[in-house]
Amino acid sequence: MEKEFIITVFSENKVGLLSQITTVFTHRNVNIESLTASESAIEGIHKYTIFVKNDEEKVTNLVKQIEKKIDVLKVFCYSPSEVVLQQVALYKVQRGRNVEDLVRRHNVRILDIHDDFIVLEKTGHKQEINELYQMLSPYGLYQFVCSGPVAIIKSRRELLDEYLDYVKEYQKNLE
Amino acid sequence: MAFSGFSDNTTPQQQRNLPRISGSEAVIRSFLAEGVDTIFGYPGGAIIPVYDALYDYREQINHILVRHEQCALHAAQGYARATGKTGVCIVTSGPGATNTVTGLADAMLDSTPVVLISGQVASSTLGTDAFQEINFIEITNSVTKWNCQVKRAEDIPEAIAKAFYIASSGRPGPVVIDITKDAQNGLMNFDYKPMKFIRSYIPHHNINNDQILEAARLINLSRKPMALIGQGVILGGAEQELKEFLEKSGIPAAATLLGLSALPSDHPQYVGMLGMHGNYAPNIKNRDCDLLIAIGMRFDDRVTGDPSQFGINAKIIHMEIDPAEVNKLVYADVPVLGDVKKTLPMLTEKVTKNDHSAWLDEFRVCYNIEREDVIEPAIEPRGAHLRMGEVVDAVAKEFDDAILVTDVGQQQMFASRYFRFKRSRSIITSGGLGTMGFGLPAAIGAKIGAPERDVCLFVGDGGLQMTSQELGTIYQSQVGVKIVLMNNGYLGMVRQWQELFYDRRYSFTELTNPDFELLAKANRIPYRLVEHHEDLADAVKQMHQTEGAFLLEVRVEKEENVFPMVPAGQPVHNIRLE
Repeated sequence: MEKEFIITVFSENKVGLLSQITTVFTHRNVNIESLTASESAIEGIHKYTIFVKNDEEKVTNLVKQIEKKIDVLKVFCYSPSEVVLQQVALYKVQRGRNVEDLVRRHNVRILDIHDDFIVLEKTGHKQEINELYQMLSPYGLYQFVCSGPVAIIKSRRELLDEYLDYVKEYQKNLE
Repeated sequence: MAFSGFSDNTTPQQQRNLPRISGSEAVIRSFLAEGVDTIFGYPGGAIIPVYDALYDYREQINHILVRHEQCALHAAQGYARATGKTGVCIVTSGPGATNTVTGLADAMLDSTPVVLISGQVASSTLGTDAFQEINFIEITNSVTKWNCQVKRAEDIPEAIAKAFYIASSGRPGPVVIDITKDAQNGLMNFDYKPMKFIRSYIPHHNINNDQILEAARLINLSRKPMALIGQGVILGGAEQELKEFLEKSGIPAAATLLGLSALPSDHPQYVGMLGMHGNYAPNIKNRDCDLLIAIGMRFDDRVTGDPSQFGINAKIIHMEIDPAEVNKLVYADVPVLGDVKKTLPMLTEKVTKNDHSAWLDEFRVCYNIEREDVIEPAIEPRGAHLRMGEVVDAVAKEFDDAILVTDVGQQQMFASRYFRFKRSRSIITSGGLGTMGFGLPAAIGAKIGAPERDVCLFVGDGGLQMTSQELGTIYQSQVGVKIVLMNNGYLGMVRQWQELFYDRRYSFTELTNPDFELLAKANRIPYRLVEHHEDLADAVKQMHQTEGAFLLEVRVEKEENVFPMVPAGQPVHNIRLE
């Protein structure tokens, strides 16, 4: 059965690694719903947040294949309930009284104001972003752009730290 | 590429004391530090500096000049699999690099440790579509265990140290280091430290004792167990550990194609080869087993047939070094992660001494059926024409303890079925990728790696012509490979499928062949043709007694089929004897 999964990949900062990671998905014919890449909280370690919809078995295998890449430190896979997710969307919309109402009701930020249009920012879940999209559409939506979700786990400690501790221990045992 | 850069950690005083050499010389001296004695390669524009450095080290390193870069890889694979060491190749950029892709893919699928150094255009021209420039890192992403591009001379030793460590540790595989020409020409202070640790790559995780205990419990309860031996046993050097495990537990053992020779063929508990053209007993008995113990194997579809039916009545213990293989194709009731060299003795300690002789007898009954219906007609045929099975049998009788190298196709299956193995690392064949043309260059590499052993290559007329230019390498480097050409004038395996599943529509599988005698003579290789049963033994003997290389062409039955056979995608117990 298809479910949503959030895969977070921690890696060394290596040129070309993104393409190695996406190859794992294309090789197994799995579509990436969204992907964000950035530095992690730990210096020198990059983090990718990948959103997929697929069956659990396939995703579990996928996670192991990504982790097999030499420059990948650790991969975690979460269901949406295990993380706090947030997306950001920008809307370029025609000015008008109705729009201002929507801005107040939906906790939307105004980023830029022009004579004939305004740029709005909405952060939230995909569903809220879509709802606002539907509501703004009748009033002249010129442009719309939406990021993929970023995610933070609900447990207090970053799980990568445990891996790094394990690796330190491993290295100590080598010496 | 973020290098830790140990050369930067040294003090200025230390820096002055280090020898200042070119990046190219650093490549060669790094090889020497890794114990490399043989390189397979082909020069070209973007790698000339490395070849220039190699010129000064001709006494220490034996460079084999192949005739095509694909064959440099296959030869390095043959060398690696015969010796257990890492095979090394050097090629130039562009076409030199792209020609190696098949060899890298083959090494990737068959877990063979190979390090390939490819030349690259100068870093200032990268991305400009310069002459012989190709983005080789991108191309090799899915056919290497690891790759990296080096653009500064001072990064070369660490990149090579990493390459050898990654290629040979854990589940081995091919590694590419792409070195720009300016990095080859640049000067640097040489200091080599072998790599022992990479924080993002832990090849050996701690062994989970609970998994061992649970596996032992299942083994001790099992009444009808079978062990499945994979190449992991050979790669881990765990042949003795395997023997001790089997002899204490009394369990019958079958081998995958690449697991052949890990256990001697005449071991009383050895019950044959698994897979599509494997032996009857281990396939037909698969359904009766209550426990399968997979030891360093990956449930390739040629072994499992329909994976959902594989070991349908059995629990499965999967002893495996690569976590990504566990539950990939067949669900493992008990995974035992780790190098089998370490996990097997732990398991042996926990299993109770047992005797499964009644169960083993059931395999013998199946073997006798196969012997009568398939093996005897194959090795002692009554018809007028020579058959592949009898050729393999004749070679196996004459050559005691040789390394078997095969190409891909019918001769591969006949050779692996009817050859006899006395010790480990005695079969070199392209299993996962099924690369036609693999045989000849792999045999060259094997003979160079193990000059004290006979190397017998079985190759078809199709496969030989895919890489026959390497006969030139055999002549130039005087490589004593014994080549048995099984000539049936067909791409036999495809023809067999066309006969069985495509209504005998032989679409483009018939070959009009060149005169192989002239081909041998052109390369100054002794040659003999055999067409009749009565000449076979003598011809094989002549091949054995002739010093150096030999090409024995055997005209075999044109339309022979390999049996037994599990039709693709079907359960293995649907194995057909005819």
